[in-house]
Amino acid sequence: MNIHEYQGKMLLRAAGVPVLEGVHCTTVDEALNAYDSLGSKVVAVKSQIHAGGRGKGTVFNPETKDVVMEGGVKIAFSKDEVNTYATNILGNLLVTIQTGDEGKIVNNLYIEAGCDIAHEYYLALLVDRDTKSVLIMASTEGGMDIEEVAEHTPELIHKVVVDANIGILGFQKRDLGMALGLSGAALKSFGKMLSSMYTMFCAEDCAMVEINPLVRTGADEMVALDAKISFDENAEFRHKNWDDLRDISEEEDTEIRAKETGLSYVKLDGNIGCLVNGAGLAMATMDVIKLYGGEPANFLDVGGGANEEQVKTAFSIILEDPNVKGILVNIFGGIMRCDIIARGVIAATEALSLQVPLVVRLAGTNVDEGKAILAASTLNIHPADDLAEGAQKIVALIGGGQ
Amino acid sequence: MAIWIEEDAKVLVQGITGKQGMFHADKMVEYGTQIVGGCTPGKGGQTVDLQGKPYPVWHSMTEAITATDADATVIYVPPPFAAEAIMEAADAFDSIKGEGVIVCITEGIPTLDMVKAVAYVENRPGVRLIGPNCPGIITPGAAGGAKIGIMPGHIHAKGRIGIVSKSGTLTYEAVAQTMSIDEGQSTCVGIGGDPVNGTGFIECLAAFENDPQTEAIIMIGEIGGNAEQEAAAWAAENVTKPIVGFVAGATAPPGKRMGHAGAIISGGKGTAEEKFEAFRQAGIACAMDPSELGKVLLESLKTAGLR
Repeated sequence: MNIHEYQGKMLLRAAGVPVLEGVHCTTVDEALNAYDSLGSKVVAVKSQIHAGGRGKGTVFNPETKDVVMEGGVKIAFSKDEVNTYATNILGNLLVTIQTGDEGKIVNNLYIEAGCDIAHEYYLALLVDRDTKSVLIMASTEGGMDIEEVAEHTPELIHKVVVDANIGILGFQKRDLGMALGLSGAALKSFGKMLSSMYTMFCAEDCAMVEINPLVRTGADEMVALDAKISFDENAEFRHKNWDDLRDISEEEDTEIRAKETGLSYVKLDGNIGCLVNGAGLAMATMDVIKLYGGEPANFLDVGGGANEEQVKTAFSIILEDPNVKGILVNIFGGIMRCDIIARGVIAATEALSLQVPLVVRLAGTNVDEGKAILAASTLNIHPADDLAEGAQKIVALIGGGQ
Repeated sequence: MAIWIEEDAKVLVQGITGKQGMFHADKMVEYGTQIVGGCTPGKGGQTVDLQGKPYPVWHSMTEAITATDADATVIYVPPPFAAEAIMEAADAFDSIKGEGVIVCITEGIPTLDMVKAVAYVENRPGVRLIGPNCPGIITPGAAGGAKIGIMPGHIHAKGRIGIVSKSGTLTYEAVAQTMSIDEGQSTCVGIGGDPVNGTGFIECLAAFENDPQTEAIIMIGEIGGNAEQEAAAWAAENVTKPIVGFVAGATAPPGKRMGHAGAIISGGKGTAEEKFEAFRQAGIACAMDPSELGKVLLESLKTAGLR
């Protein structure tokens, strides 16, 4: 789960990490009041969306698709400029390298006081799969795309691995700070910031905290100028405050509804809907559809113990996508029995009066009963014995590939 | 022989009084697994009926292992308490026996809980953790065997193919593929789809290489991370037995989590293409479609003079 920069900075400030004064706004008037209240001549007007590359993005009119302004983060030197930028951004579409061409409508702004920057750095905390630990990464190359730095100049990225049962140690903070060329007050400020940030990372169950850039001010203080924070969704049960931080408009509506019914759904661009049990098999089903010339319309895992109702919800979610021209059901029954799935499929197709071709492949527990139930139905269901046959059948039934 | 779990391994069930725990404990007994009891804090002294017979429940893993000399435990504890259940089992196995296998089925454990639990287990070198978020481990026997997890037992048969996979149902698919060419399995291990887990591919490959019963290996990966690439590079140097591989997620879009918490292509890394390429470089025979695993395995067995 991702949160906005302004929310991330609230958490950082509460944890004791230095951030600049700023105000979250949703209207131009609020932005103008924010300018007055901050008392800083120079302010940054920052679009709040869950995607990076905002500064180098382009703002479009969502209806006409005309370019409104280059850049989704602007430095304003006067109240008039705040007015112009806030008007240009709010309610319009911001397209960045990370949003894809469809972009995102900006409903939130962050107006932040200016600051005197001596140098920009990069800092991130994340859970590293290789070391199975929290990894802290820092670089002198702030403000850059860190993946490019990693590719071209990996020696400029410095790393520290934290022992989960000990926590971050003094020498690790010093080593990392010195690798960035920090000394004196800046090194001390950096160490203090790291401790606060690591404590927050664990307390808030973060998946990643990325500060790009982290800046050293003229007064040798380290300040988080940006904040990209994401949470580990598995820990949602112990963070009641996440409900307030969640911006539903940033999430795919069908994906949220799927999640509420215990399904895992991701929409794709193709025309063959899939309904599968198990994440690995669901991915493999998409892959095999593609292998035989089709294009999958979605990823959908009904989980290990789906019931008739969930199968029905799964069908209705798949059918909401107008591109879907056919459906492939692929179930390897383990805990889930094939006869139950077969009944669920029949109930769902009847209830939704399914119009598109349907191929069903069943294997595993009670497969013969399942197949008999499907065969006895008067519905137009095409059986398949294995995944390859199922994929070939559905591709042929919708008239070949796209 | 098999790996880590012998056919007659004595197994405890943590969370045996819960709905999931009881359901699967019953299935395990039905398969022939030697379940010796379970553990639910606060319910010690009770019994649980599995396949019409009572099984004892203990308050703690220390009590349970002391009483039963169990070789392994399987965890069906809900996510908020699962990491602690792993650490309790690790501590008890380590202090009582100096060894033990912990299989954690639970899906949805907070990642930072797993970071702690994995570090805790790694400090106890005799203890092995499999999972979490996995189907478990099964060593089919001539009659019965040890099924420790949620996989459908009846699709398996004792044999010489070792299977390791990140995915549950895709493992069942691989098992069915071995059966389609009249081959059984030595041991099947589901290592799970979470970003931070216990046993990885390399440990499984090393164990299969050293296991006399295993003559060929199926390895099934998925997008996200680089465990498959590392395992492939390791296998090229260290594994003499034929390996057949598949990677799920060739059509997955970048930046989207595909069901499993760890199945995500981030920063252009961890793609299926990258992993298949690493497999090929290492001489692993790849199936592009899981329905062809059997065919590719048969060819590999023939090439190795095993058929």
